[in-house]
Amino acid sequence: MDNLSLLWGGLESAVTPENLLWAALGVLLGTFVGVLPGIGPAMAVALLLPVTYGLEPTQAFIMFAGIYYGGMYGGSTTSILLNTPGESSSVMTAIEGNKMAKAGRAAQALATAAIGSFIAGTVGTLGVVFFAPALADVAVRIGAPSYLAITIMALVLVTAVLGTSRLRGFIALFLGLTIGLVGLDLNTGQPRLSFGTTQLADRLDIVVVAVGIFALGEALWVAAHLRRTPMQITPVGQPFMGKDDWRRSVGPWLRGTALGFPFGAVPAGGAETPTFLSYLAEKKLSKHPEEFGRGAIEGVAGPEAANNASAAGTFVPLLALGLPVTATATIMLAALQGYGIQPGPQLMTEQPDLVWTLLASLLIGNTLLLVLNLPLAPLWARLLRVPRPYLYSGILFFASLGAYTVNLDAFDLFLLLVFGLLGLAMRRFGLPVLPLVLGVILGPILESKAREALAISGGSASGLVDEPLAVAVYTVVALLLLVPFVVARLRPARPRTDGGATPETGKRTDDGELVER
Amino acid sequence: MLTATRAIAAAVAVTVSVATAGCGVTRGDASRDLAMWIPNSPGGGYDQTGRAAVSVMEHDDVTGGDFEVTNILGAGGSVALTRLMGAAGDEHTLMTMGLGVVGSAYSFALPFKVTDATPIAQLIEDQEGVLVPADSPYESIKDFVDAWRADPTGIAVGGGSSPGGPDHLFPMQLAEAVGIEPAEVRYVPYDGGGPLTSALLGDKIAVGFSGLGEFEGQIAAGELRVLAVSGEERLAGGPAADVPTLTESGIDLVFTNWRGVLAPPDLSEERRAELIAFIEEMHASPEWQQALEDNGWTDALVTGDDFGQFLDEQDARVASTLEEVGLL
Repeated sequence: MDNLSLLWGGLESAVTPENLLWAALGVLLGTFVGVLPGIGPAMAVALLLPVTYGLEPTQAFIMFAGIYYGGMYGGSTTSILLNTPGESSSVMTAIEGNKMAKAGRAAQALATAAIGSFIAGTVGTLGVVFFAPALADVAVRIGAPSYLAITIMALVLVTAVLGTSRLRGFIALFLGLTIGLVGLDLNTGQPRLSFGTTQLADRLDIVVVAVGIFALGEALWVAAHLRRTPMQITPVGQPFMGKDDWRRSVGPWLRGTALGFPFGAVPAGGAETPTFLSYLAEKKLSKHPEEFGRGAIEGVAGPEAANNASAAGTFVPLLALGLPVTATATIMLAALQGYGIQPGPQLMTEQPDLVWTLLASLLIGNTLLLVLNLPLAPLWARLLRVPRPYLYSGILFFASLGAYTVNLDAFDLFLLLVFGLLGLAMRRFGLPVLPLVLGVILGPILESKAREALAISGGSASGLVDEPLAVAVYTVVALLLLVPFVVARLRPARPRTDGGATPETGKRTDDGELVER
Repeated sequence: MLTATRAIAAAVAVTVSVATAGCGVTRGDASRDLAMWIPNSPGGGYDQTGRAAVSVMEHDDVTGGDFEVTNILGAGGSVALTRLMGAAGDEHTLMTMGLGVVGSAYSFALPFKVTDATPIAQLIEDQEGVLVPADSPYESIKDFVDAWRADPTGIAVGGGSSPGGPDHLFPMQLAEAVGIEPAEVRYVPYDGGGPLTSALLGDKIAVGFSGLGEFEGQIAAGELRVLAVSGEERLAGGPAADVPTLTESGIDLVFTNWRGVLAPPDLSEERRAELIAFIEEMHASPEWQQALEDNGWTDALVTGDDFGQFLDEQDARVASTLEEVGLL
């Protein structure tokens, strides 16, 4: 409870009308930069950071927190509206969110993302307040074998999103795994699949891959059909979330938060895996699994909450250990050092005032984001009423600009175009894009963790299972693989012994047909 | 990390373009302008050294023209080095580089070496340290080396760079110095100081090798211990000031991660002498001495042919180390 009073002290010193103005300014700036396609929260924060220098520490914190949350939310806005995720952790948001937007439910998608982010951010920040030092000690014990096990679990679960054709799904997945191999092999220092060019010697940026395949691929696909199919105007629909939307969002918000926070709190946990696990969990738990892939609100609410809870969780290793674990956290570390805070083991004891002011600022920034952006959701949604040729040329322009400004290298534009053409080809031949993107994200994690575990154990396979968490996760994986198999073997015997099963089976067939339609 | 570096790069690119747009016409003589290329991301080691040197030269108006700093990222400095080689005869370009770039030229199988460029000057040295977690059984470098000799393949050690980088070369040369076959060392590469710290704190590896800058917080808090530093003398300040050097502990090895400046190949003798004079004038200024102190760098000015000779030695040493561990 001591922590609570300290946080209260931080809030008291932070909430003044003037400070709230700085927070509002930060939120607006962050949102506007974050909505530029291809610019994720990391880049939004990096771009706007200099704005906060020159303010006194408390105001700088508050404005920074606003920029941070604004950038995060701005990123999900473009994922939903334009299908251009700014970082790997908002890829899952784009999948269902953009489908919702196309069905005229953009405002609902934006609202559920905003509220989910708010809940996850608030719960996550409170989690940091209460658990940071204790959690940090446990978290560093979790090593490569456990990450490897979790990644293998994620890959096993990918089979759930392969789409109607397993063959096509696996083709896409392995394409993604191959793309993930491009670049420097950390263990030997040798470049792979770089075709002798130094530009391919570093790993491909997932943002370039995702924006190319999602946004560029789709723009090309639409352009290829525009003359033959009459131009559709995207319906705008209801401006706010209905009762049903609320009912279907609450569970995903909370489950996403619970999934995301621990992944953020362990070093190298990352934000991609929890968003992906949340998506799959919601698909399994949903009463409307057939809507997934065509705009299910649960598929936005869950991953978006997981993403934000994980972002809040990264403050645990950042503040308690001085370890930045994500791109955004790296920028954050630079920002904190710019404000004279040296994150690390001594921070909590040496500069408690600054820490509590920072945490209080995060809560304030998060709240203001919700207050400012919820009313804006219907306005953003109207962006989609721009006639499609203009909308897509705008997307192409911003996607290219985003790809080029990063390195000022024309080669990145070439890469973007290559992935755009790949996206077009995948749409033409009916290959699902989701397994490919997951392959690009999960492949390198899988490889680096496997090799780290084996390097530590000197090549002995026992190094893969020498952590209790890893063994527990493998047990779950084994159950995931075995249970459906066993159930399938037992099922034919069931109708004879248990008559109640028959109607349920009938209902499932209905759902199956719905998917096909 | 990739996204982070790209984000910072973008931020800097925007800032630089705004800044240059604002002041492009203030000075006249474009023939005195210079570019400084930095082969890694803003905030990295080369960036700090290169920008510090440029800001001192600008402050004292050493060159009499504008100075433009550009970060050219990619492939451990190979992208920048490749461009430098392509700019043969360009008298208005310098590039910050160091030990890591020497190794990258091999890892990425470039058709040239750092010694093919025009050597201008070595500027600074940075010591590496041997790090263990607080509860490690090794109390001194001798404890560790004894255990390591007894079982070189059984002890997992790590560093913040992939093979060919300074944190990999250091343990390999240390192994060689104490009579261990470098190829037997169980080296685990981590993607920079952050992941290396968590591997040490979590007891995943027994010993870490790295520059000490990123670990000051953990060292001061007593969560990590430094068994030895790799330079000629002990560190002048900071939390690892009392740590003995390897030579003090009877190990015949001095290893430093150095940084310096190169120019493109095919430079005229006069221009080369002029560029060296710029660096020497910068080196003599009190601002540079202040920058050395602020960053904890050891002054190590070596210019012209002496630097060229030093590069030859370093290049040969990196090549032989990589060969011994089977990476060449």
